[in-house]
Amino acid sequence: MATLTSPDLTPVAAALRGQKLPRWAPAALAALGVVLGIGASYGLYGELRTANAVVLSAVLYSAVQTAASFAVEGRRQAVDRLFTTFVYTAFLLAALPLVLILWYTIQRGYHVISGTFLGSSMFLVNPDNAGGGIYHAIAGTLQQTLLSALVAVPLGVLTALYLVEYGGRTRFGRLVSFFVDVMTGVPSIVAGIFVYAAWLIALGFQKSGLAGALALAILMLPIVVRATEEMLKLVPADLREASYALGVPKWRTILKVVLPTALPGIVTGVMLGVARVMGETAPLILLVGTNPKINLNPFSFSQVSANPQTALPTYIWDSFQQAAGNPTHPAAQRAWGAALVLIALIMLLNLVARTIARFARARG
Amino acid sequence: MAKSIDVSDLNIYYGSFLAVEGVSMFIEPKSVTAFIGPSGCGKSTVLRTLNRMHEVIPGARVQGKVLLDGEDIYGSAVDPVNVRRTIGMVFQRPNPFPTMSIYDNVVAGLRLAGRQPRAKLDAIVEKALRGANLWNEVKDRLKKPGASLSGGQQQRLCIARAIAVEPQVLLMDEPCSALDPISTLAIEDLIQDLKGKYTIVIVTHNMQQAARVSDRTGFFNLSAVGKPGRLVEMDDTQRIFSNPTDKRTEDYITGRFG
Ligand SMILES: Nc1ncnc2c1ncn2[C@@H]1O[C@H](COP(=O)(O)OP(=O)(O)OP(=O)(O)O)[C@@H](O)[C@H]1O
Ligand SMILES: [Mg+2]
Repeated sequence: MATLTSPDLTPVAAALRGQKLPRWAPAALAALGVVLGIGASYGLYGELRTANAVVLSAVLYSAVQTAASFAVEGRRQAVDRLFTTFVYTAFLLAALPLVLILWYTIQRGYHVISGTFLGSSMFLVNPDNAGGGIYHAIAGTLQQTLLSALVAVPLGVLTALYLVEYGGRTRFGRLVSFFVDVMTGVPSIVAGIFVYAAWLIALGFQKSGLAGALALAILMLPIVVRATEEMLKLVPADLREASYALGVPKWRTILKVVLPTALPGIVTGVMLGVARVMGETAPLILLVGTNPKINLNPFSFSQVSANPQTALPTYIWDSFQQAAGNPTHPAAQRAWGAALVLIALIMLLNLVARTIARFARARG
Repeated sequence: MAKSIDVSDLNIYYGSFLAVEGVSMFIEPKSVTAFIGPSGCGKSTVLRTLNRMHEVIPGARVQGKVLLDGEDIYGSAVDPVNVRRTIGMVFQRPNPFPTMSIYDNVVAGLRLAGRQPRAKLDAIVEKALRGANLWNEVKDRLKKPGASLSGGQQQRLCIARAIAVEPQVLLMDEPCSALDPISTLAIEDLIQDLKGKYTIVIVTHNMQQAARVSDRTGFFNLSAVGKPGRLVEMDDTQRIFSNPTDKRTEDYITGRFG
């Protein structure tokens, strides 16, 4: 019996192992790339231009690393490292705007945030002065989003169930699927105009949080349908068959086996929809407007004001208008604060939903 | 309780593709019947028509008769859900419900089908798990997810789930193909035990297994690729393995095939 250490196996072991760059090589080469990039910036422009130096460093780093890898490890590894670098670069580029948005908003918004800011409204506050808050807008956003979810989630999940479990292949199913695709592309202002025409003009209702929520529901519906559909399709056919084979009727199979299995994904899809409509502005300008006073009744077909409620996005829009391009204007600062709160709210809801989904699944 | 199955002139389609043609057979109550034959000849397809699982696949349909104790399960007044409650099935790949615990998996058939003698659930779980030779391994972790078991344990969990609803016929599609010899033996023993109560039909690629566990064996074959599968012959297992009538059966069993 030959063991791994026996001399006649050594060439095989060597062939398996090959030459490899040491583990610290990428970091060292990256440092070298940065040095070279800064040097190149001075060489080319006679000064340090940050953006140019960053790009040059990245290019030089991948060139140096590929060359080193080619020399030591061979062609396949060199190509592998080159593409790995590309993938990471692409990811960083994609994440950059997100990080910048967060950074900007936090930087400009954090100092506005205080107990008063979160706890009071703009009622009787002169927009040109400091003070006031966004309590009314937070309440409006939460109520309107919740209402729209109450409409869109059951409708969306049921539509997806119909498409996946019942009529997906029929002519009607394909028609529904087509309209869902079309709805995905409906601009938010069009949804707003539609509700305006149908709900306000044709049916004669007043502006209200509910009217805004209806437009938001139209925007949320296709997202929920598509996300739920994808998740339901991922549930293995094996599980449905296992349930049928036990003599479980189809509707109970869907309710007790298919939906629970797909639940975490559906929750994520719903959250995507909620996050999408939470920041929606155009239809709310049209259907709700901005009311500086606290109004906790989204159904109030207003007697007090023509603008029944406020939401965070419309608050931000309104404040920026008041600031009229002056970044130090108190209204502009309140707008950044409101933007930060809006982002935080969306993230928080996301976290809560994920926790719920994990919990629901683990319990089983 | 166990029932007989009488199949006559069964043609089975996937859309317009005729997968299996002209199957007739009689299956005795409280017997074990094995289906053998090369891959793709339609063993699973035939098995799935016996509890109306075939029609779950879109476009799939069946012509012919399947009588369960004289009652045609394809009769117009028959509810497939009730057929499946009477004729249970175990699949080739273990498929416990991933969102449910071991306990809930076992009682899934009772709970989901809306028949719950709630007080007796614990007893039913224990009985089914003992019946599937799994009780000792899982009795301390009944609340753990069913998916946390090994493949062989999952398969026995699926068997427990199938027998917990007390069907009168049990169909098994290659239940041991993913199992080690010890789990296989456990399941073969189990089949011997269950035979006292149920009518069992098992698909297997393992000749020794067919010879060991079954009373009767049916040999399926394809005359050519793309042609429908057929039941070549069906007889007492002993006879099939010692002295088959058909030359093709003999060739297949002795390994001189194709
Ligand atoms: N869902 C399906 N749609 C269309 N054709 C199918 C489907 N399932 C099986 N078939 C076809 O039906 C024929 C019989 O398949 P079946 O699965 O019954 O074979 P089998 O004897 O069980 O084979 P194996 O031993 O490999 O499991 C094959 O030609 C197969 O391609
Ligand atoms: Mg098969």
